Parts: sequence; structure tokens; C-alpha cells
Amino acid sequence: MLLIRCPYCEEERPELEFRNAGEAHIARSANMAGESDDDFEKFFFIRSNPKGIIYERWRHMHGCARFFNAVRDTVTDKFVMTYKAGEPKPSKLPKNSNEVVAK
Amino acid sequence: MKKYSVFAIAREAMRGHKGWEEQWSSPEPKKEYDVIIVGAGGHGLATAYYLATEHGITNVAVLEKGWLGGGNTGRNTTIIRSNYLYDESAGIYDHALKLWDGLSQELNYNVMYSARGVMMLAHNVHDIQVLKRHVHANRLNGIDNEWLSPEQAKEFCPPLNISKEARYPVVGAALQRRGGTARHDAVAWGYARGASARGVHIIQNCEVTGVKRAANGAVMGVETSRGFIGAKKVGVVAAGHSSVIMNMAGVRMPLESYPLQALVSEPVKPVVPCVIMSNTVHAYISQSDKGELVIGAGTDQYVSYSQTGGLHILQHTLDAICEMFPIFTRMKMLRSWGGIVDVTPDRSPILAKTPVPGLYVNCGWGTGGFKATPGSGNVFAHTIARDDPHPINAPFTIERFRTGRLIDEAAAAAVAH
Repeated sequence: MLLIRCPYCEEERPELEFRNAGEAHIARSANMAGESDDDFEKFFFIRSNPKGIIYERWRHMHGCARFFNAVRDTVTDKFVMTYKAGEPKPSKLPKNSNEVVAK
Repeated sequence: MKKYSVFAIAREAMRGHKGWEEQWSSPEPKKEYDVIIVGAGGHGLATAYYLATEHGITNVAVLEKGWLGGGNTGRNTTIIRSNYLYDESAGIYDHALKLWDGLSQELNYNVMYSARGVMMLAHNVHDIQVLKRHVHANRLNGIDNEWLSPEQAKEFCPPLNISKEARYPVVGAALQRRGGTARHDAVAWGYARGASARGVHIIQNCEVTGVKRAANGAVMGVETSRGFIGAKKVGVVAAGHSSVIMNMAGVRMPLESYPLQALVSEPVKPVVPCVIMSNTVHAYISQSDKGELVIGAGTDQYVSYSQTGGLHILQHTLDAICEMFPIFTRMKMLRSWGGIVDVTPDRSPILAKTPVPGLYVNCGWGTGGFKATPGSGNVFAHTIARDDPHPINAPFTIERFRTGRLIDEAAAAAVAH
């Protein structure tokens, strides 16, 4: 089971409190009806499914119930960092994930 | 290829078993092949086998980054059934089921296909409606499936708890008698032996690291850990890693990869005569010929390539197993493991040509690909050989996610494929 740090509660909590909510930073169109089939497919179905660093959404379902984003390695399942919803995708990743968590 | 038979066993017994030959050869890769298959699991090896036997294409290499059959082929719970709801699914899964029957003879290799019956349990009114709908849909497609009362279910599977006091009492069941199990490793080995005997090169420990394309976009071959290998046709059958390989060719896929776990108990005398599945409490169980209870758990909720998974997932499944079969509460579990399954948005596979000329993909089998192995390989070989899908796999395109013509087994399939 994963230990996940909620950036709102500022606490590491067991995975059971959380729901994964899929890939992060996929922008929803403001004019969904006007989307072409190609663009809708990209938004709705196509996923990067990376082997390595993934940017994903989590929801602290049985805690504060808020959505936030996380950076995780899909090979080791280790979290690099978590950050609040609405914050930009981090351009630079910290080398040691523990330092970020302890901050 | 020397034929296996009772006479071969007698002959080898006389000579101290010194005459058995290797089941498949391990040649050095050539510079170029007509077809390269990426992934030597059941589906990939079956594809190579049918390319050779049905389409006369033997200049084929099957590339495998690890060892043959070491991915999901060796990690599944070996359940075979074809009682899917939709016509398209019924077509492909029943095509496979028909090939399972007689596969041991065809391959001259005992794949231990055992039609011991797959029984799906209903625990509430909704389950009854869903399963009866399946029974009727299956019958319209010529697939056997029948409705059982709790007492009939108990008669078919004596250790089942049908007490009304159970937290989720059994109120009925759907039974597909042709469903059952097979020996997963033997399927990979049998296809590998058959393909190798016809000239197919099976190259293990050879990881594909890139897909080379010509200026016009067509496939030229693959970069591997053992150098470049050329081919005008490449079939990607890489299960959980399919999207990784397809990305190398510049194709983004509607796939996500999750860990799926299974576990086996200590071996005991025969006690479970069939396969039991329950969607509602999420458990499925059968007993191997070695005597181990083979139990399938669920997927983790997050994308991962770690071939492991959370312990709470296993615990949840074992809770359900103990509820259905109170006699197993004191069984000890011996081993558990995970495999990486590639899941499509509609939970149906993709077996199709791709936007890249010469590149074909067979993926997205999610949590239930083993049962389809012979049928999948059979129609995928047709797709590659003719550059045109077989009518059975024609609906399983990538384009369906753009057109919206989904094969939406997501809500309709049993949770445990």
C-alpha cells in the first residue's frame, strides 16, 4: 500500500484514504460541443501511460476530500512530490523525494 | 520436430531419456525478417504459429525482452470462457474457445484444457437481471450458458456456501459448461514449439528499444538490445508495455497499465470442481491439477509497471473467498504475484492495423486475455498476412475511440475477465 502526502492536510496517509483520479494536466475544453472527434478522442481516451514519471491526480476521499496532483515513478511506485490542484506542472523535479515531503 | 506420443515415451524410457530434443531453438537474430512480432507471450507466439501454418509465412521473428511466457501468460489464473454480452466479443472469445477444444491435438502438446465449467454467482436482484441478460444474449449467439438455482449451484460446486445467513447470499448462478481452465505455460510452450519447428525464430532476452520508420512513415524494423532487425511488418503484442512500444513508433494509445494480482494456496485434495466467479463480492477461484486453489484478485487503482501491487487488494479478495467458501478460512496461501495489464477505456481489446503502414497492434486485453489466446493469435496472423483484418477482429479497431463505435464490455463483462 502506498503512503501518500496530501498537500492540503500536510500529512502522509495510507492509500486507502485516497482515490486515484487518472492523469493530471489534461485540460477540459471550454466548448466541449465544438470539439472535433480527433480532439475529443485525445482529451477523453488517449493517455500517456508512461513507464517512468507520471503526473496524476489523487483525491483525499476519506480525509479533506480535495483533489491534488502528484508526481510518481510508475516503475518503483515512489512519489517524487505532491502539489495542490491548480498549481502548474513542475518544470523541474527534486532529486530526493524525501526532502520535499519533509518540508 | 519429433512427435510426442506414448511410443516416444516408451522409446525414451528404454534409452534413459537421452533422445528428447529441445522444444524450440534459440537462433541468433537475422538482419531481416518478413514479419517481427514484439512479445513472446501466448498471443505473440500463437500469432507466429498461425502465420506459419495458415498463411505460409515462416520468415518470422518473435522478440522477447525477458523469457518466453514470462509476462501475463505465466501470471494469469488460466480461466477460459466466452460468455460475453456483445456480438463482437462473443465472436472473438468463442472463436478462441472453439480453438481451445482440440488445441492439444493440433499442437501435439498437452495444454490441459479442461472444460470443467465456469459458474458466475448472483447475490442480489441486480445480479440476477445482469446474468440472465447474459444467458439470453449468449444463447442468441450460439454460446452455451444456463441459469441455475442456488441448490443447483451447490450441487455443481459442493463447497459453495448457499446459506441465507451469508452476508451476500447466493441467489442464483449462470453456468457455461464449455468454460474451464488450461495450463498457461504449456500454451506458450506448445505454440513456441510448433512455430519454431516451422522455421520461426524465437529470440529471448532481446528488448525492443525503438521502431524505425522510413521517410514515407512505413515501418522498416526495430532497434533492439541486440542491434537493428529489419522487417516491413511489425506486430506489437506486448501486453502491459504495448503503449510503450507504440510510443516508439509515434502512436499514442488509449491504454493504461495497472498491476493485477493473483495468488495460490497450499495444495490440497480435489475440492473445487469448477471455476467460480462473483462480481459482487469480487472473487474468482479454481483449483489447479496440482491441488492449489488459484485465486484472482483485482487491479490496483493507479498506473504502474511494478509487477506487484497492494496487499489490501489481496486481503479484499480473500475476505470474499472466505465468505463464499467458509471451509477455506484456514487455508494457507503460498505465493502471490502481479502482472501488468493494459486496459482500454471500453475494456475490449484492440486487434488492428495502425496509422503507421506495416505496424499492427494486438493489445488492450486488460484483465482477461488468456482465454482468448488461440483466437487472438489466429485472427491477428490473418490481419498481418493479408494487411486486412479478419471479420472477427474487424470491429476491434483503434479508430473506435474516435468514432464512438465502442464495444462497451466495461459495465457488461464480469469484473474478473
